[in-house]
Amino acid sequence: MRNVTKKKPIKIAIIGHVDHGKSTLIGRLLLDTHSLSRDRLAEIKRISKELGKDTELAFLTDQLEEEREKNITIDTTQIFFRTRQRDYVIIDTPGHLEFIKNMITGTSLAEAAILIVDITEGIQEQTRRHAYLASSLGVERLVVVFNKMDLTGYAQDSFIREQNLLSAFLKNMGITAFHIVPVSAKKGDNISRRSPRLGWYKGPTLIESIDRIEADVKNRESVLRFPVQDIYEIEGESVLVGRMLSGTMRAGQEIAILPGVKKTTIKAIRVFGRLTGRAERGESIGLILDGSMAVKRGDVIAEKEYAGPAKNSFRGNIFWMSEMPLELEKKITLRCATQEIEGVAEKIENRMDSSSLRIIEENARVVRKNEAATVTFRTQGAIVTEKFSFIKELGRFVIERKNCVEGAGVVV
Amino acid sequence: MISYLDELESKSVYIIREAYSRFRNIALLWSIGKDSTALLWIVRKAFFGKIPHPVVHIDTSFKFKEIYEFRNRYSREWGLDLIISRNEGALQEGMCPDKAKLECCNALKTEALKITMQERRFKALLLAIRRDEHGIRAKERYFSPRTIDFKWDYRNQPPELWDLYKSNVEKEEHFRIHPMLHWTELDIWKYIEREKIPTASLYFAKDGKRYRSIGCETCCAPVDSSAADIKKIIKELKTTKVSERSGRSQDKESAYTMQKLRSLGYM
Repeated sequence: MRNVTKKKPIKIAIIGHVDHGKSTLIGRLLLDTHSLSRDRLAEIKRISKELGKDTELAFLTDQLEEEREKNITIDTTQIFFRTRQRDYVIIDTPGHLEFIKNMITGTSLAEAAILIVDITEGIQEQTRRHAYLASSLGVERLVVVFNKMDLTGYAQDSFIREQNLLSAFLKNMGITAFHIVPVSAKKGDNISRRSPRLGWYKGPTLIESIDRIEADVKNRESVLRFPVQDIYEIEGESVLVGRMLSGTMRAGQEIAILPGVKKTTIKAIRVFGRLTGRAERGESIGLILDGSMAVKRGDVIAEKEYAGPAKNSFRGNIFWMSEMPLELEKKITLRCATQEIEGVAEKIENRMDSSSLRIIEENARVVRKNEAATVTFRTQGAIVTEKFSFIKELGRFVIERKNCVEGAGVVV
Repeated sequence: MISYLDELESKSVYIIREAYSRFRNIALLWSIGKDSTALLWIVRKAFFGKIPHPVVHIDTSFKFKEIYEFRNRYSREWGLDLIISRNEGALQEGMCPDKAKLECCNALKTEALKITMQERRFKALLLAIRRDEHGIRAKERYFSPRTIDFKWDYRNQPPELWDLYKSNVEKEEHFRIHPMLHWTELDIWKYIEREKIPTASLYFAKDGKRYRSIGCETCCAPVDSSAADIKKIIKELKTTKVSERSGRSQDKESAYTMQKLRSLGYM
């Protein structure tokens, strides 16, 4: 076999309306890439038989007894497979509105998404909502598959009709699908093999399409951001630990500590087991600063030129998940990176239906369950945020009440 | 740019430090297998060599002899604050795998841990489960709340977005923290190779057999393999058609044994 240099693994969420075939598609991907162990396949066959069903590929991810008996996906799951190009982490998500928090949990970890649409049903409520949520969560690379082509007799006209409708909807949100592929997950058409029954389609198969997705190269700005996670006392020294979100750092470098913008110098960078004078994006490290500086969890280390000061407010696009609505001027907890601060919604510019994207109300007083909104938040003290499009990790936040995540958003 | 293994490690370190930052009163569950030994290694790195919290070994008394030797040697070498967790009551009453697997696992592992938790009241336990090991484990969160009687409410898990983990629960509840959830079996072995992490010799083939997953001696079967060193294991895993836990009997007594065990608090 030719020796292929593999690309870095990528995480892809499978999203779309209930019963459009997400879990079946995953089963098919595993089967066609020979990523299934013999004993797991045998187990699926046996359980399908026990439940009086044909071999149900969806059972590979739908592992809960409740999921299998009701033929639904309740919670998100992850599964691994590899092609010759790269390794994949596939994130299955539930299609029912009832389990939308689990869909968001799964999709928040994805770098790309496959939006699946049943060709016989066309665009449905969760098709639109999932596309919107994935895009809001920063998953910009999207491949669309029209599934169940076998049920239409592999008809080109219905594919073209649905493709045009969907493209118009996505365009409205500023999304362009990477590819739109007609498939039958159940029969295996156009997943790993080009199907003669879909001879009129000249584009890539699904696997060819996802193999072409490049890993995210954005977000490699040179500005330094290091949120302090904790402070350890080691051998008489204060070591600030945390993960580098952006930029680089080296011993001897002058830096600013936010939100107060205090200036100091990095004395040393510590990583257990090896000497290092330098740290880059993604690394979990320890830092020792010059002099005795009062630093706490939630402070953010930045380049010394940081203009500051950090503000007491920010504006975000949010999605609300709780039965109890978000209300103007009512106390909430906002968390962003390692920062955690009390605040309120100061202004709700508008709230909208997260599926139709229709604006329900401008200048609203509340945001209700499953609605999206643009909100300005005011915090009790200063908070360091960045636009999501600039530094993701400082541009995303959750809203908590009574220790529960009830909403999430990105800074705009 | 940092490597893929560095990314996996950095994320695990972040989660471990997040757990410690939030609770301080935490412990690591060490089964002495490859995954929890890799986790232990990463915890040592996260705390610059000196782990600031206890390490718990759930001892069913049915573990392999080598596992006990390995535990004693490295807990000394790494200066661990080791807690040995045993359900002495059940052992005295003769609980053993011959009776019934589900009951035995539940009594000697889950119930033993409950006894230790009652004594020590840890707010969080670090566990080395991985999503690719078992479909039920694939449904887990990184920070997973458990009730006082260890119940896992898998029907209604809290949302977990990005790396903003839930970290407050009602007073009597605790968290299961899963810093290795995103690693695969292959990643673990590549990491063990790179870091030169000591690993029990049961994993390496002797006479055409090796253990891929290690639990109690009574309930583990070796798989056919000629992989006698780490390089060969890595090569084997790239093409194998046998699942990792195929030798673990508690996984497949019936289709939902693992789900039932886990909802009762099993690891």
